[in-house]
Amino acid sequence: MLKFTLIRLLQAIPVLIVIITLTFFMLRLAPGGPFSAERKIPEHILAALNEHYGLNDPLPVQYWNYMVKICPKKLNIPALMKFDLKEGLGSDLGPSTRYEGRTVNELIAESFPVSFQLGMFAILLALLIGIPAGTVAALNKNTLLDYFPMSMAMAGICLPSFVLGPIFALVFGLWLEWFPVIGWRSIGSFHWMDDIPYRVLPIVTLGLYYAAGMARLTRGGMLEVLNQDYIRTARAKGLSTFIVTTKHALRAGLMPVISYLGPVMAGVLSGSFIIETIFQIPGLGRHFINAALNRDYTLVLGTVLFYAVLIIILNLIVDIVIVLMNPKLKFN
Amino acid sequence: MKFTHLFITNLTFLLSLLFISGCGPRKSGVEQAAEAGILLLGNHAEPQSLDPQVATGVPENHVITSIMEGLIAYHPSDDTAIEPGLAERFETNEAGDVYTFYLQPNGKWSNGDPITAHDFIYSYQRMLDPNLAAQYVTMLFVVRNAKEYHESLSVEDPNHTPISWDEVGFKAIDDKTLEISLIAPMPYFPLMLKHYSWFPVHPPTIEAHGGKTSRNGRWFQLGNHVGSGPFRLKSWVTNQVLEVERNPEYWDADTVKLNGIRFFPIESTDTENRLFESDGLHKTHDIQLSKIQEYQQNLPEKVRTDPYLGSYFYRINVSRGDALADKRVRRALLLSIDRERITENVLRGGQIPAYHYVPMGISGYTSKTYFEYDPEEAKRLLAEAGYPNGEGFPVFDILYNTFEQHKIIAETIQQMWKTSLGIEVGIHNQEWKVYLDAQSSLDYDISRAGWIGDYVDPYTFLEMFTTGNGNNDTGWSSARYDELIATAPMAGTDEKRYAMLQEAEDLLMDELPILPIYIYTRPYLIHPTLKNWNPKLMDNRNMKYIWLEPSGE
Repeated sequence: MLKFTLIRLLQAIPVLIVIITLTFFMLRLAPGGPFSAERKIPEHILAALNEHYGLNDPLPVQYWNYMVKICPKKLNIPALMKFDLKEGLGSDLGPSTRYEGRTVNELIAESFPVSFQLGMFAILLALLIGIPAGTVAALNKNTLLDYFPMSMAMAGICLPSFVLGPIFALVFGLWLEWFPVIGWRSIGSFHWMDDIPYRVLPIVTLGLYYAAGMARLTRGGMLEVLNQDYIRTARAKGLSTFIVTTKHALRAGLMPVISYLGPVMAGVLSGSFIIETIFQIPGLGRHFINAALNRDYTLVLGTVLFYAVLIIILNLIVDIVIVLMNPKLKFN
Repeated sequence: MKFTHLFITNLTFLLSLLFISGCGPRKSGVEQAAEAGILLLGNHAEPQSLDPQVATGVPENHVITSIMEGLIAYHPSDDTAIEPGLAERFETNEAGDVYTFYLQPNGKWSNGDPITAHDFIYSYQRMLDPNLAAQYVTMLFVVRNAKEYHESLSVEDPNHTPISWDEVGFKAIDDKTLEISLIAPMPYFPLMLKHYSWFPVHPPTIEAHGGKTSRNGRWFQLGNHVGSGPFRLKSWVTNQVLEVERNPEYWDADTVKLNGIRFFPIESTDTENRLFESDGLHKTHDIQLSKIQEYQQNLPEKVRTDPYLGSYFYRINVSRGDALADKRVRRALLLSIDRERITENVLRGGQIPAYHYVPMGISGYTSKTYFEYDPEEAKRLLAEAGYPNGEGFPVFDILYNTFEQHKIIAETIQQMWKTSLGIEVGIHNQEWKVYLDAQSSLDYDISRAGWIGDYVDPYTFLEMFTTGNGNNDTGWSSARYDELIATAPMAGTDEKRYAMLQEAEDLLMDELPILPIYIYTRPYLIHPTLKNWNPKLMDNRNMKYIWLEPSGE
């Protein structure tokens, strides 16, 4: 397993270099620049600005400088746990061209924990709802207990979060006044308990969408497993349906869900842009999209690189879990 | 980061999901805040910079003017009034080109240091240094030798001797007296000083965080910032909230009524309006186009549409020598747009149909009605230009940046031109930066545009259409126009100056490189507890005069 992990991590290096290189040059091909604006900046001021951010150098020189700056030079795990890439790895992602006075490292360290919590709790919620719903549906195939959760899941998949989000905010925020209509932190209060109501709607909105997919995948996986011989054997031994399902069937039946988790985590962490906009959450998803629109070169590169690393690591974890759960597979 | 806490926070939330029914209704946020004297303000976007010499945008303006101040401050309702700021009073010489400002005797920085004339000198020298790359540097060019100084420093020739700072028209007579010499008599000069590019910065703070021309922006971060305004920075979380509190060192602290302001950078109008409806804001930045009518019917006392110093128009690319280079064609296009239909049926936010380019409301300047909606005359002109009933008219595109409102307007105009003139134009949208690029490289036929004034004066609208100006973007050029714009600032009196600018607008509206469509308004939602928030042409606020009156509910 160690060898497998190391090989996969080594393979990741060229992948990351390719991603950064492509992003770097594609960004520069896009019309407009970080300082193009409706009220144009005088020519010589623009030149001075470009000089300040090192944008006057030839492109290959800029590329080389950037690569040198972001290259990891040390390893400091405690700092890395705080997403401080500068202290943790010695990687300097440069200053943001849009938000003066803030570096890309700072913006990521400040906003990623928010997106991470939003995403992880949404996935947790999706699992808590999706797996039981899918299992119940599979066990009661073609009955009301199958049709009801599955039609709900279909509706969930069809309703994008930019529809569901405002509806939830309207119903549970404005009309029923159960939760605040915008999210994340209670402003002016420093007690963490006060933050809880602010997090409900965004996490539920994001979680429900993935719960729907997971319910369908669980149902499919379970149906296949429930017809297997070893399940019949388990039943024949006289085990209760509950034990058969939880102990024997789920382990294999969840395979599709676990494979799905990799891309889901990537999607949840990078694609929470819509939820973050609707609920005004200070997360990384917004920087990810807005940076591209603002041509904030360093912030785009920084977020892309950060997400790429994250996705590689998450996929690796998912692959390891799959092998551990499936005795038929081996690490090679 | 306290992970255990965060974990427990979220775990408790998950548990609380199970007890959803247990949650009770919240207290009204605006009422609570009004009692505490804290203004909750929708501020549209995250400020890019709080450096008065570097910043450029509207959200930045609102924050900067609450934590910094200039020689002259904003009046609560009258944009033409001179309201004392860091200067207690000023006088001019007989010729009207030298201003002497006497600073507030008890003027202090938020850290307690006295504010001196030398701080102003430092700030202006900083702004004129090309290495700072201050975008509004041209604002200072009304001062004697400021332009020459700035340009001489930009020259890279090593043999070139730059102009000495002593020759520039800024002078500290003593600690509390500042003298500014102008290139010509300019009666409107004190009004210009309200703009934040004229605000002084605290030299020791600048020096402690990178130095005079550093753009690292460290000096205005939380904990470092030293300001001169009625409020001071209290907390700042990117994309969440920026909070300011009373500045006890402010020279006029007794007048300040609010205890603090929270600026919410909410870019989504839908989200912002929803927050207002749930009593989370005292005032929004905007109202969603699709919801204006609903609000006007249901919450008429909370909807306001203030006049705004902004013009919405279409640029025409006249540089290609095609049909659009023909003045008669441009006039035909102009006359066949039914502006009232656009403002009343499409926009519905009180916008004003524009029959001139410079917005109305600038006292002393007349906004003439240069034309009227006249599809018959338009038809005749088009026929005269060789396209009777639009026959043989080449295919053109209207370019706009991707935005629902621009799209609907473009579609409406497309339809109007088809019906009145019988011509087919396409419409075409581009993402913001791509659109800007296309516009400045004249890679378009007709392009949607908007312009918001920098200060209350026609000059800020007319200056951009001079030959080769970076914001002209139409390829249009007129020697007479250039001459008028170049000489108007030195006219000596407001009457003469306005007459020259008026002639310039006459010329522009005769030649028509642009087609005016409507004059902007600012639709917004406002809670009744917010007081003294008066209609202002540029939405410039002096936050010390704003107060909140709890309704006691």
